[in-house]
Amino acid sequence: MTTTPTRPAPATAAAPPGGAAARVRKRLNTRTATVVSIIIAVLWTIPTFGLFISSFRPENDIKSTGWWTFFTDPQVTLENYQEVLFGRTASSGQLASYFINSLVITLPSVLFPLAFAALAAYALAWINFRGRDWIYICVFALQIVPLQMALVPLLSFFSEGVTVGGVTLLPAWGLTGEERFIQVWFAHTCFALPLGIFLLHNFVSQLPRDLMEAARVDGATHPKIFRTIVLPLITPALAAFGIFQFLWVWNDLLVALIFAGGGKQTAPLTVRLAELAGTRGNEWQRLTSGAFVSIVIPLIVFLSLQRYFVRGLLSGSVKG
Amino acid sequence: MATVTYSKATRIYPGTERPAVDHLDLEIGDGEFLVLVGPSGCGKSTSLRMLAGLEDVDDGSIHIDDRDVTHLPPKSRDIAMVFQNYALYPHMTVYENMAFALKLRKTSKADIDKRVKEAAALLQLEDYLNRKPKALSGGQRQRVAMGRAIVRKPQVFLMDEPLSNLDAKLRVQTRTQIAALQANLGITTVYVTHDQVEAMTMGHRVAVMLDGVLQQVDTPRALYDQPSNVFVAGFMGSPAMNIKTVPVTEGGALFADMTVPLSREQVAAAQADGGDGKVTVGFRPEDCDMVSPTEGGMPVVVELVEDLGSDANVYGHAALNGTNERFVVRTDRRHMPNMGDTIFVKPRPDRHHVFHAVTGNRI
Repeated sequence: MTTTPTRPAPATAAAPPGGAAARVRKRLNTRTATVVSIIIAVLWTIPTFGLFISSFRPENDIKSTGWWTFFTDPQVTLENYQEVLFGRTASSGQLASYFINSLVITLPSVLFPLAFAALAAYALAWINFRGRDWIYICVFALQIVPLQMALVPLLSFFSEGVTVGGVTLLPAWGLTGEERFIQVWFAHTCFALPLGIFLLHNFVSQLPRDLMEAARVDGATHPKIFRTIVLPLITPALAAFGIFQFLWVWNDLLVALIFAGGGKQTAPLTVRLAELAGTRGNEWQRLTSGAFVSIVIPLIVFLSLQRYFVRGLLSGSVKG
Repeated sequence: MATVTYSKATRIYPGTERPAVDHLDLEIGDGEFLVLVGPSGCGKSTSLRMLAGLEDVDDGSIHIDDRDVTHLPPKSRDIAMVFQNYALYPHMTVYENMAFALKLRKTSKADIDKRVKEAAALLQLEDYLNRKPKALSGGQRQRVAMGRAIVRKPQVFLMDEPLSNLDAKLRVQTRTQIAALQANLGITTVYVTHDQVEAMTMGHRVAVMLDGVLQQVDTPRALYDQPSNVFVAGFMGSPAMNIKTVPVTEGGALFADMTVPLSREQVAAAQADGGDGKVTVGFRPEDCDMVSPTEGGMPVVVELVEDLGSDANVYGHAALNGTNERFVVRTDRRHMPNMGDTIFVKPRPDRHHVFHAVTGNRI
């Protein structure tokens, strides 16, 4: 269609449909981009890899030479793992029981926020009631409050209850021993809900309106719509938020230490790992194997939930 | 097996002044196929959604049979709805989609199975029962949406432009299928469309709406032959009727040199109510003839000729009271004029429609 003499146009001259975003995406798919991303991935993995090698090296080697000397002088031992998992001295080992504590803390702390956030997101997105938007804005705004600000009020809430002007609205919880897990679950759930509701609300409100209306005309009530239509369709969002929340709780030291204490009965892995290095930090070779023990579960969770990241769950439902 | 009655049903969307549906009075008989038609934004979909219970009724009431359903939730109205974009449940198979409503009603497994299979047979969906919607073509999805409504055996079917997402050929085919299906099942049906051809071909009666107000309800034939006002006259029929507002004299309406004869009563009615010596006259493209220059037709300069195969539409303009007015004439293919020709157009006697120039009502 051009009247000027034809000249081989550079490939990039023709703007691909979709504009800048499409161009960026196209560039990112080139071979160079692939190579660069592989290099970045390798660079980022090297420290973890070094930690992994170190965890199998004898204590003296770890403390005197770098992990890369392993390749010239391979010395393999399982002593570090032996010590952190089953060691008998006060500062070593017995990770097994803390491992259970971590699981006991983490599972409810993931499931409660998931359930509540999904319910709240559905209600805020699809049930008409007065003040709905204001509630959503308040929940959204709560994300601004840093967790650390809430620690003291929450602690006093547990230990003293709620008293307004001499009238006791809620008595002290008075939890001791293993009951203190409840405090950790409660705290984690509170801290997770604003972000969880926000994320899931975005997802739930994107579901087609006609789908909800079709279900209502078919005779479904709100609980039924939530269970049979909404939940199956937001599994990717649930999985994403679930993974985030799991990693956050699993790696959390602060909240668990404050609300569950540092005792063997209730303390999670992270608390124990911090102690492993010994009171003066002289036993830090144990951290290498301890870190790997604590990585195992998050890895399993991530890999097993990954299959729920499915695109196009909604395709075929509505057209146009 | 039910009648539907709208009495003064009104819907005003929050934050708007003008009602989306304004005092709608409409009675739909048992087993009737009623089509709601109108331009977009005329309130036809809102009327349907009010009947479905998806939209509040701000004033007036809606009855199904003798039951007042005005404020009942959708699930207690015993209605089934087909949505414009089908709204299939994407994570369920075709079978599960159709069985969903029955399961919610606690129908027995055997009964569900029987009814789903029946509906599937009726709609030629038997081979696709185990597929998910995304593995279906547009036409098949449309049939699943129909099937989901049919298995319910509801009192009333509601269809909200169910064909608008199909391609032209499939639309014509499905149109006849739906009409036949409805005649077979004998279930009262309310069908919303913006396509006047669909309305004319499918409905037992057609209700034309504009700006939330019902304009006319009648059989397609009566609607076409006796439009009650200018809007209905212009909306029904393609190409649209030639409607012009021209001066009125004792003898009739004055189209440049041509006079369209009007009766004495019509002239009197046109001059009443501030008619200001004008009258609106309409005649359909197929209701006029091309005549020779001596026979008193109106000279029209041809701008465009559409050859439709069976016949042809001739578009042109004529000088009328100092302005150029456009006209359409449907003609035989054998007498197609060329572009730039001047033809002489004369409406057939007594096939023209006369409306009041100000109110737009038929006189």
